[in-house]
Amino acid sequence: MLLELDDVHKSFRDSETRVPVLQGVSFTLAAGQTLALTGESGSGKSTLLHIASGLEQPDQGRVLLSGTDLTRLNDRARASLRRSEIALVFQQFNLIPSLTVAANIGFQARLAGRADQDHIGRIVTALGLSDQMTKYPEALSGGQQQRVAIARALAAKPKLLLADEPTGNLDEGTAEGVLDQMMHLVAATGAALLIVTHSRLIAGRMDRQLHLSRGRLT
Amino acid sequence: MTRACLSALMSHWRRNPVQIFAYLAGLALATALWSGVQAINAEARASYDAAETTLGEAQFDRLVSRQGASIDQDTYLALRRAGWQVSPVIEGRLGAVRVVGIDPITSPTGFGALDAGGPLPLDFTGPAQLFANAQTARDLPDDVTVTLTPDIASGVALGDVGIVQRLLGRDDLSYLTVAPMQPMGRPDLATVAPTLRLQPAQQGASVAQLTDSFHLNLTAFGLLSFAVGLFIVHSTIGLAFEQRRPMIRTLRSLGVPLNTLVTLITAEMLGLAAIGALIGIVLGYLIAAVLLPDVAATLRGLYGAEISGTLQLRAEWWLSGLAIAVLGTAAALAGRLWQIARMPLLASARPRAWVMASGARLRVQALGATALLIAALALSLFGQGLMAGFALLGCLLIGAALLLPVLFNWALAHLQTLAKGPVWGWFWADTRQQLPTLSLALMALLLAVSANIGVSTMVSSFRTTFVAFLDQRLAPELFVQVDDAAQSARLEAFLTQNKAEILPLLSTKAQIAGQPTDLYGVRVGQTYRDNWQFLGATPAPWDAVQAGTAVIVNEQLARRADLWVGDSVQISPDLDLPIAAVVGDYGNPHGQVVLSEDLFRTLHPDLAPLQFGIRTDDTDQLRAQITAALGIPDSAMINQAAIKAMSLAVFDRTFTVTAALNVLTLLVAGFAILMTLLTLADLRLPQLAPVWALGLTRRTLGRCELLRAVALAALVFLCAIPLGLALAWVLLTIINTQAFGWKLPMYLFPADYLKLGLYALMAALLAALWPATRLMRTRPSTLLKVFANEA
Repeated sequence: MLLELDDVHKSFRDSETRVPVLQGVSFTLAAGQTLALTGESGSGKSTLLHIASGLEQPDQGRVLLSGTDLTRLNDRARASLRRSEIALVFQQFNLIPSLTVAANIGFQARLAGRADQDHIGRIVTALGLSDQMTKYPEALSGGQQQRVAIARALAAKPKLLLADEPTGNLDEGTAEGVLDQMMHLVAATGAALLIVTHSRLIAGRMDRQLHLSRGRLT
Repeated sequence: MTRACLSALMSHWRRNPVQIFAYLAGLALATALWSGVQAINAEARASYDAAETTLGEAQFDRLVSRQGASIDQDTYLALRRAGWQVSPVIEGRLGAVRVVGIDPITSPTGFGALDAGGPLPLDFTGPAQLFANAQTARDLPDDVTVTLTPDIASGVALGDVGIVQRLLGRDDLSYLTVAPMQPMGRPDLATVAPTLRLQPAQQGASVAQLTDSFHLNLTAFGLLSFAVGLFIVHSTIGLAFEQRRPMIRTLRSLGVPLNTLVTLITAEMLGLAAIGALIGIVLGYLIAAVLLPDVAATLRGLYGAEISGTLQLRAEWWLSGLAIAVLGTAAALAGRLWQIARMPLLASARPRAWVMASGARLRVQALGATALLIAALALSLFGQGLMAGFALLGCLLIGAALLLPVLFNWALAHLQTLAKGPVWGWFWADTRQQLPTLSLALMALLLAVSANIGVSTMVSSFRTTFVAFLDQRLAPELFVQVDDAAQSARLEAFLTQNKAEILPLLSTKAQIAGQPTDLYGVRVGQTYRDNWQFLGATPAPWDAVQAGTAVIVNEQLARRADLWVGDSVQISPDLDLPIAAVVGDYGNPHGQVVLSEDLFRTLHPDLAPLQFGIRTDDTDQLRAQITAALGIPDSAMINQAAIKAMSLAVFDRTFTVTAALNVLTLLVAGFAILMTLLTLADLRLPQLAPVWALGLTRRTLGRCELLRAVALAALVFLCAIPLGLALAWVLLTIINTQAFGWKLPMYLFPADYLKLGLYALMAALLAALWPATRLMRTRPSTLLKVFANEA
């Protein structure tokens, strides 16, 4: 199993009380599989994604990535795992504003030490970014920025792609195009995809769906 | 509406306490250094004015003894009887206080002190023995009755000549003041008082004028410090405006008129500026109080000017501090208000726009910098006078500061292309992106570091030259001061008998080439020939001087009177002599002319040498012999080592204030970096969070922030070296020549620059430490909020 979450709990402090966000969440994700995580705003979807990526630690429970328990790793080891195994796509603030599109796309692949220019070239072409490579993120539209984020994520050949509302900021037409390209590339690279979304339409295109309500899977 | 709007605007500061701290602290520091320097200058000028008005010392001709001795009462009475309108003055010291006795009836200044509005009568008929200000009164013996008179100069007590004679236990007079109006047909001085000579008033050389250059230097430093502090203010205002753009847009959307908004923002910012300035004035007072004793020592050592050791809260400096702070803020504010006025009502809020480099702005900046540097070059080639020198400094420093971001942009882009690995590539690209926000702080650091390099090079070059000058001038191993001609003759006979090489020094004051000048008669011998080095000379200058066919002048006189080797000067009404050499003279600001002893005696047959330099192998033994044989007290003799040590001590203390201002300016620049980094910390999160998410730890990011600060400081330092050296060149060859009359050779001190570079790096590292530590400790949930923001 590529990803396994076992009885994950997480709460946040709000003034003087602790607010539970995740309450005993468990699920698995196999390599090459796609999974949609749906739920209302504040249901804990993003927190779950952050915990799955090692960006955040649970209060309780285990998070196994290829058999390695992320909760037992220190910050440095989790960062190393993020560089090499995981890729993330967020709704916004995805890109490094000081780097060109080309540098952004190649960034994680170079961090992971596996920058494959042919592979990157194919992704860039598939996402229609060839003409944008020398531009800076500020010069791109929202849809173009999100394509760059997806290109960057997949260029690193991750085993697991985590996407948090990747099309949430885009209009319907653009969103559909971006999603199509992402799904196509995920299938082509054999990565597993965990996507957080509000959209039933997007969720319907995944292999599996999980619904999160008040911190629990239903 | 006003209250609601103001409340909304002020809420920004409540949410961003670091920003308001940066704003107030920047203004306070800027105002502190400026008003501190102004307080010192105001105190010094008040002291000069008091000295001038109390004693009128530079205003009237004097009759002094030809022999350098005192004047007896009978000579004074003889002159009065012959119709000479002269007034007796006695001077002496009671402890640390200079006591001056005048005759209130005959004194040309009237009954004592004068102020700008006319005579300030002192009641000489009362029971008081002396008049002095409160500070001086404390230094007088307890048994002396003193009337407190605040307008009298510090360190001086004034009294009736008879009372002062009694207090000093003397019955003679120090000199006679000559009234400007004298009766026609009075007999010649030589007939009535052949032992006296007329000493002209010190035309154009009053203490206030002599010290003008010194105060101008202090003011320039104060202004530089103020500019550095103002960078912090400018930077903070810019950031606050960018962060408040959405609020301003909302307020306008809700119906607040543009004029109201601009007025409220102006009132808010200027009100805060006034608070910062007031804090700065208090700090300035404290700085001035700490530095004043050193400034007083400097002025006493350099110019013999006494200034009060107590600081007063004078309106002229604290009001100037307040005004310059408010005006400086208003200037920084104007551009931002203009932006608000032009901002379309529904323009999207772009909180990160401020940090994006603008190519157009950089081009304009490069053009401005080039224009200023060309102006600096033109001023260095064609400028005349001290003000042109300072204008050159201003153009050079501001031009270089404006050029800095342009150079950095180029250098960082180049470093980015050379970077190996993605992290380094991102590091340089991210650094380049920070440039617009950091550039003001970096410019402040550039100014501070280059000022340090420039001023320390000037001071160290001056010191090196001064030490060499002392070695030239203080070649004799022993110096003796005698009281009168008889003692002078006895000493010379004794030394001749003992086969010691004697260098008698005859001196008097004169007006030469329109300049107040000290005229010296020297016995030309091997010591002078071996030791004196000239800035310009004929092939055998000492031979010509010894033959009485030429003179040597010092650099100050040569430059002020536009003279050089080969030109002639009028030594007496019927004697013009060519200049055989020009000698560097770093001991005083006056002009000097050196003649042969024989020629001097011909011109001034009544003057005897009162100072002697003596070559000897055993100083202690000779001192003892002179005291035993001639009764000259040991206190009238000083050996070479002691006088050198004393001179160097005066020199070093002279630049204590400069060194202190240097350090303070560097601290302000370090503070500017700290404040900029702290206020930017929150804005940086959206830029850093993606990198963190991609696998760089917070610790690595924090280290990158530290490294960035150090790398930028290192680049600043590299730029500061040529700028600092250019500054030193301007100070040494232009400002010094105009201010003091001497041009100094420039020496380089690489070890000092390296040390300063390390200080600058440390300042940047310390400034970045807190923001970097905050970043390292930023909770992941805070970084994740960046992505969770569902805009």
